[in-house]
Amino acid sequence: MTEEIRQMFETVSPEDIPGMAEKLKTEGYRLVQLCGVTKEGHTEILYSFDKDFCLRNLKVDVPFGQTVGSITPWYWAAFVYENEVHDLFDVEFTDSKLDYKGNFFRMSVKTPWKGPEAAPKEGA
Amino acid sequence: MAVMKFGGRLMRNLFSKPATKMYPAVPREYPERSRGHIEFDPSNCITCNICGKKCPTDAIVVDKASRTLTIDRMNCIQCGYCVESCPKKCLSILPGYTAPDAEKVTETFQIPEKPKEEAQ
Amino acid sequence: MGKRTIVPFGPQHPALPEPVHLDLELEDETVVRAIPSIGYVHRGLEKLAEKRDYNDMIYVMERVCGICSFGHGWGYAGAVEGLMRVQIPDRAECLRIMFHELSRVHSHLLWLGLLADGLGFDSLFMHCWRIREKVLDVFEAITGGRVIMSFCKVGGVRKDLTPEMLRMVRDTCDMIEEEMRKTALVFMKDSSVRNRLCGTGVLSKEDIVELSAVGPVARGSGVNNDVRSTSPMYRDLGFSPVLYDEGDCWSRCMVRVDEIMQSLDIIRNAVRDLPDGEVSVPVKGNAPVGDYVFRVEQPRGEGFYYVQGNGSKYLSRARVRTPTNINIPAMTRMLQGCNLQDVSMLVITIDPCISCTER
Repeated sequence: MTEEIRQMFETVSPEDIPGMAEKLKTEGYRLVQLCGVTKEGHTEILYSFDKDFCLRNLKVDVPFGQTVGSITPWYWAAFVYENEVHDLFDVEFTDSKLDYKGNFFRMSVKTPWKGPEAAPKEGA
Repeated sequence: MAVMKFGGRLMRNLFSKPATKMYPAVPREYPERSRGHIEFDPSNCITCNICGKKCPTDAIVVDKASRTLTIDRMNCIQCGYCVESCPKKCLSILPGYTAPDAEKVTETFQIPEKPKEEAQ
Repeated sequence: MGKRTIVPFGPQHPALPEPVHLDLELEDETVVRAIPSIGYVHRGLEKLAEKRDYNDMIYVMERVCGICSFGHGWGYAGAVEGLMRVQIPDRAECLRIMFHELSRVHSHLLWLGLLADGLGFDSLFMHCWRIREKVLDVFEAITGGRVIMSFCKVGGVRKDLTPEMLRMVRDTCDMIEEEMRKTALVFMKDSSVRNRLCGTGVLSKEDIVELSAVGPVARGSGVNNDVRSTSPMYRDLGFSPVLYDEGDCWSRCMVRVDEIMQSLDIIRNAVRDLPDGEVSVPVKGNAPVGDYVFRVEQPRGEGFYYVQGNGSKYLSRARVRTPTNINIPAMTRMLQGCNLQDVSMLVITIDPCISCTER
């Protein structure tokens, strides 16, 4: 329906995320979503923000085992996604306002989409 | 604010026919395009297995060696993708759902051997 | 000041069609805090996209949810088309709009029925669902499925409509409009409905902006983030966002009632202005390396679709962000300070679809 004519993807380092969230919040962006993508060697997290139907997507590469600052102090609604990414991809978020500590999804396997073995095979 | 806004409707209900049907006594009529179940016509099949590969739930299994095609009726989700991708158009989707059952129903079709000149 | 008690709500609750659990912290009868927890129906459909051809995946993607199945199919197909740089024919686009609006009508009618059920107005609930049944009959006659339509595919739609079918769509719209005019009056004016809905669960405009809520929840508080506003074809068909300012349950209800009326107009305009031509273009080959983001305004709000290609026939990632996902924080805010008796109704007003949320 909405042809996102400008597909804007920016690469941001994990340390900058809380600062970026604060800046975007003051600029009036709303949170659309964040999602994880398993890559070989790291987890990529995509943050999407929207203002007046214009999306800004921030890509963050998080090496396995590294933590990311939570954006819940500015966007409280992000707790849904942060807990989801934590439960599925095993990425720790620090200073979260609402942390379920791995009990958001009830799954038989812990962190099923984590790590290089879950990464999609190139040209499979 | 008003009371009895629903009154007219209720009065009409008293005197109109029910919106539902007496189902088992009055059978349900399916429209022509209704996707109910997969029919297979073995005469044209070339055992290419495209239907089996495309099926989202792997409900179709084609065995090339024994020349059979098996449809797992309970796994089929009636998407009709196999019908669309069949190069010889030997699959079709017709109205009428698979009856519920206590066991999983599979149906196996034997594909006849093609005469040599036709195969070439 | 009473003692605080925690009352568990759900996952099995008569008001909820789907499993969501809420821990309600109560002071006397008033909810102080609500902590939602989901995760009872996680299926991992997004992961399945990495193991299936992108063309096959649409039949799985539209099964994310039963009610907005067409929207999910469109969202996924739109994202893949964008990634593949495919332009779909105008007729296909117009047909997609028509079916999406029909789904909106049936989804909102379903919701109005559930709301009436939540209020304890059961005959109203049955009438809403009786009207909805007409839409499902149209779906079955045209696409072959009552709920899961399998009508959308990557590159367009699967089947064209005959002139009789178009007439059937138009006649059904007229019929629903006539019925809806009477039913809408009940929601608008009836005292038993208004006493229950007016002034409960108020979300201010600031709350909506802060919590990033979408869909009828946001529009009930006067915030327009309806992504249909950006589509030129929607504008040509007579779309304009429906906004109410009160922010209570009643305004969220009225947004949906008015949207049904507007959707019926859009459908009739689409039937009238349906362009000629093909209904699909073939999409073949490997998906290029890259990302694409696509948004669809589903009945419940904005749906977000993200696909990442890696140069093969399989996608690296297909992400579905459903409207309920982002409305859950708004729901917990709504529940703060409400009465325990209103909880089930307030949960219903965001139109929660938990299976969507967890995929």
